Amino acid sequence: MNILTSILNSLPGAVAQGLIWGVMAIGLYITYKILNVSDLTVDGSICTGGAVCVMMMINGYSLPVAMLCAFLAGMLCGLATGIFHTAMGIPAILAGILTQLALYSVNLKILGKANQAINADKYGLLVSLRNVKNVPFYKNTILIAIIFVVALVALLYWFFGTAKGCSLRATGSNLSMSRAQGINTKSNTVLGLMISNGMVALSGALLAQYQGYADVSMGRGAIVTGLAAIIIGTAIFGKISKNFAVQLIAVALGGVVYWIVYQVIICLGLDADLLKLLSALVVAVFLAVPYIKSEYFSKPKKRKEGAVNA
Amino acid sequence: MLELKNIYKAFNPGTINEKVALNGLSLKLNEGDFVTIIGGNGAGKSTMLNAIAGVWKVDEGQIIIDGVDVTSKPEHKRAKYLGRVFQDPMMGTAADMEIQENMALAFRRGKARGLGWGINKKEREQYRELLKTLDLGLEDRMTSKVGLLSGGQRQALTLLMATLVKPKLLLLDEHTAALDPKTAAKVLELSDKIIAEYNLTALMVTHNMNDAIKHGNRLIMMHEGRIIYDVSGEEKKNLTIDELLEKFTQSSGEQFANDRALLSSKR
Repeated sequence: MNILTSILNSLPGAVAQGLIWGVMAIGLYITYKILNVSDLTVDGSICTGGAVCVMMMINGYSLPVAMLCAFLAGMLCGLATGIFHTAMGIPAILAGILTQLALYSVNLKILGKANQAINADKYGLLVSLRNVKNVPFYKNTILIAIIFVVALVALLYWFFGTAKGCSLRATGSNLSMSRAQGINTKSNTVLGLMISNGMVALSGALLAQYQGYADVSMGRGAIVTGLAAIIIGTAIFGKISKNFAVQLIAVALGGVVYWIVYQVIICLGLDADLLKLLSALVVAVFLAVPYIKSEYFSKPKKRKEGAVNA
Repeated sequence: MLELKNIYKAFNPGTINEKVALNGLSLKLNEGDFVTIIGGNGAGKSTMLNAIAGVWKVDEGQIIIDGVDVTSKPEHKRAKYLGRVFQDPMMGTAADMEIQENMALAFRRGKARGLGWGINKKEREQYRELLKTLDLGLEDRMTSKVGLLSGGQRQALTLLMATLVKPKLLLLDEHTAALDPKTAAKVLELSDKIIAEYNLTALMVTHNMNDAIKHGNRLIMMHEGRIIYDVSGEEKKNLTIDELLEKFTQSSGEQFANDRALLSSKR
């Protein structure tokens, strides 16, 4: 009974955190699913977003300005990876790792030390883990996070329906075709990386406010969490409709499911140290499913007697 | 219309795998020329088309399309002048996107892509009408993902997309080679029709000597990165496969040692 109560108690927090990570997962979706690039920059840019937001607020800037700057800082991270990849010919995955490593130093410099706390009482934070229950609904972090997710989905839905957005999708789908149709695939890849990392940094800004601090290692393994959200979300909710907006919402909900499962596992008494191992294994299994299916479980269909070879 | 001046291109230069693909290639096309290109494997046919399209930079020489020197322009900037259909039906269309979205992408070739809608209602009607001309039933599947189409359907769609905005030059790179004979004939017929209708200048690479003779107003034969035979007008019309094979032996000093070309010429 005790376990059940503690699970129920931690549920609102898990939902809020899941939605914030959902923002991150939607950002990752742009590179992973649309551009078909595995971008490891996110492990660094999520922290950059948190660091910029926290430090600007501590230094007296208003919340909207701080969050906008966090978004722009994330775009710069994406720009760096984009330049490594397109202008310098470094494979995307390696370009992301390089930026991520570089960002560790950058983030340390922004924060000044490994960890910077921001007091929810002193600063008007948009979201906080204190505001998930027993607060007026309009202050509730869950509601605010939902508004964020919906607004971003609407914005992306619009953008990927524009001529520019379509050319971005084409770039991810078929490079030769895109170039043959006059699309600058390099600049599109850079743009995609910038938008993606901008959103990831924005989620970092929300996350730092939510937990009340920015930490230089807060992004460790972020890509795995994001991928988990994408995989879980599209597997559970993605079947509802192929509509792009539904897919994005599904990804955000995937983040929520991830954090609820996470909380349940913690409440059941699993060693928290093992969670990253578990996340990695879960993502590995899900990523492997299509391959395993085709490699080990697909039997050649028996041709019927006398069937004509079409 | 198109002018290639003394083009050189080597792959893997300085290694034991070095291959001189284009070796002093020159070619001049007149407006409205429909040229078929034949030659053995490795003769440089596709390489020539890729050089024109700007898939990579040539080592030497000059490429002029419609009076504009495009030698140093990247692929996506040359796209403005070119319509392209590839040998691989998968290459010319975006599989994850709808038929109408693919067409809308092609409709914006050579134009700025801004924040206006990627496709609008008026275009949609226009695409429906164009798809009807293919007679493949695609006009009723405009929101289907292109990945669901067959190779022949994709090739026909690619052809339509390549000519949606009238190109200065249409590049057909063995665009029927991956299709079954019946579909290949249909796509070829469609190519003929579109080229005639819009009075396009076109280059068509083929392995089928029959097709090379039957289509177009001019035929060129390539060997080792150069043009070794160039024929047009009446003389081209009256060519036979045997004459072509003989010409090849004469000009190159070798047998046309290419099973595929010989086999496909028999059908």
